[in-house]
Amino acid sequence: MLTKEEIDARLEELKDRLPESILKELREELHKVKLTEEALESIIDEVLKRYEYAKVEPGEAVGVVAAQSMGEPSTQMTMRTFHYAGVAELNVTLGLPRIIEIVDARKKPSTPMMTIYLEEEYARDREKAEQVAREIETLYLEDLLEKSEIDIVHQRVNLYLDEYEMRRRKVEMEEVLKKLGSVKGVSVEAEDNVVSVVPEKTATIKELRKLENRLKGIHLRGIKDIRRVVLRREGDEYVIYTEGSNLKDVLRIEGVDITRTKTNDITEIQRVLGIEAGRNAIINEILDTLNEQGLQVDVRHLMLVADMMAVDGTIKAIGRHGVSGEKASVLARAAFEITVDHLLHAAVAGEYEELEGIVENVIVGRPVKLGTGMVELVMRRELEEAKEAREAE
Amino acid sequence: MCKGVVDVRRVVDISKHELVPKHEVMSEEEAKELLERLNITKGQLPKILKSDPMVQKIKAKPGDIIKITRKSPTAGTTIYYRVVVNE
Repeated sequence: MLTKEEIDARLEELKDRLPESILKELREELHKVKLTEEALESIIDEVLKRYEYAKVEPGEAVGVVAAQSMGEPSTQMTMRTFHYAGVAELNVTLGLPRIIEIVDARKKPSTPMMTIYLEEEYARDREKAEQVAREIETLYLEDLLEKSEIDIVHQRVNLYLDEYEMRRRKVEMEEVLKKLGSVKGVSVEAEDNVVSVVPEKTATIKELRKLENRLKGIHLRGIKDIRRVVLRREGDEYVIYTEGSNLKDVLRIEGVDITRTKTNDITEIQRVLGIEAGRNAIINEILDTLNEQGLQVDVRHLMLVADMMAVDGTIKAIGRHGVSGEKASVLARAAFEITVDHLLHAAVAGEYEELEGIVENVIVGRPVKLGTGMVELVMRRELEEAKEAREAE
Repeated sequence: MCKGVVDVRRVVDISKHELVPKHEVMSEEEAKELLERLNITKGQLPKILKSDPMVQKIKAKPGDIIKITRKSPTAGTTIYYRVVVNE
C-alpha cells in the first residue's frame, strides 16, 4: 500500500501535464482509497488519457462554437428586463440589452452601478456603515432646500433650508455657510433656516437667476457621479449599492473594502485596475447576466470572448468597430458588414488578399484551413528521390 | 466653484483587488526562453498598455514581457503573457 506522501510525490511529477484543478481533485480522491503502486499507475494513465481526449483539437473552430453557445441562449432572454437590485428603486439593465452593452464595449453602461463592500469593522456596525454611505453619496445644496426665491426689492436670493433633510443627512448649518462663504462676489446672511445671499454689486433679475442656479449646484459633499446610495444588510454584513459609478474615488474612502468593491462599468475597471481586471470583469458580468436569466453557458466560451476583447490592452468591441473590423483580410471584413465600403477602401489603398483565413477561402471556393483542412503535407524530396532511384535499379 | 473636495485620503494598492491577477516582469532570459519555446516573436503576444495601472505599479517598460498568473475557474491557475506596448 502506498502512503499519502508517496501518492503526492507521484502526482507532483505530473505538474506539467495536468492542470492544477484536476490534480487537486485527483489528490483528494486518491487519499480516500488504499492503493497499490500498479493501481495508482493505471489510474494516472487513465486520467492522462481522458485529459488528452478532452482537449480541444488543433484546428477546432472555437470562435464559432463560442458564438453559437452564447447566441442560442440569448434568444431565450427576455427582451427588456429591469432588475431591482435589493431594496427600493435601484434598477439595473439586465438581460439581452446588458449582454449587448458588454460585448459592444460601451464607454458607459446605461445604468452604472457599484457594489461597495466594507471593511470588517465597518461592515458589522450600522452606524459606521451609514457614515461611509453618507460620505459617498453626492449632496448638492439643492437637495437640502425646501424652496428658494429671488427677492428683487432687497437684491438677494433667499434659500429656505429643509430642516428635516438637514437632520436626515446630518448636515450642519455651519457646513452650508462655510461653502457659501467661498462663493465670490456675494455676502451671506443667515437667519434660522433661511440663508440670504446678497450680491455685492447691484444685479439685474437675470443675474440673480443665474446666481440662484449657481448656488443650487454647490457641491457639499460626496463623490462625483454617485447619485444615490442604498445600504443593505447581506448575511452578517452591510453592503452599499449605488446608482452611478466612480471606482477610483470610492476606493479611496476610509472603510471601503478595496479587495471586493466592484462596479458594472467595465471600461472604468480597465482604467482603474488594469486590462486583466477588465477581462475578468467581462467574464463575471456576462456570466452573472446569463445566470440571472437561468441560462447556463460554459465559462470557457466567455473566457475566449473576453480574451479576444482584451488582447490589445484596451477593451474593444466584438463587431465591426472592434474585433471583426480589424481582421487582416479584406474579404473577411467585407463579408461581415458594410461590404462596399471595405471593398472600395481596399481598392483605393491597394490592399492584398492573402487568402489565409476561413471566410475568404469560402468565398473563393478553396478548402478552408480548419480542422483537417489545416494540415498540409510536406514532402522531403531527397528521401523520395532516393526511393525512386532505388526502385529504378 | 463647485469642485469636489480633493482630499488625499489613502493610497490604494490595486493589486489587492480580487479582479487583479498577479503580474510579474519576466527577466531577459525567461522572455527569450518563452519566445523560443512557443516559436513566436514578441509582436505575436497579447498586449498591455504602458499606461495600464498594473504596468505602472510593477514598473515595467515597453518591450518587457509580463507573466500573469490568472485564477481560472476551469484549470485552477493558468499563465498568460502580455508584452508592454506604447499606446
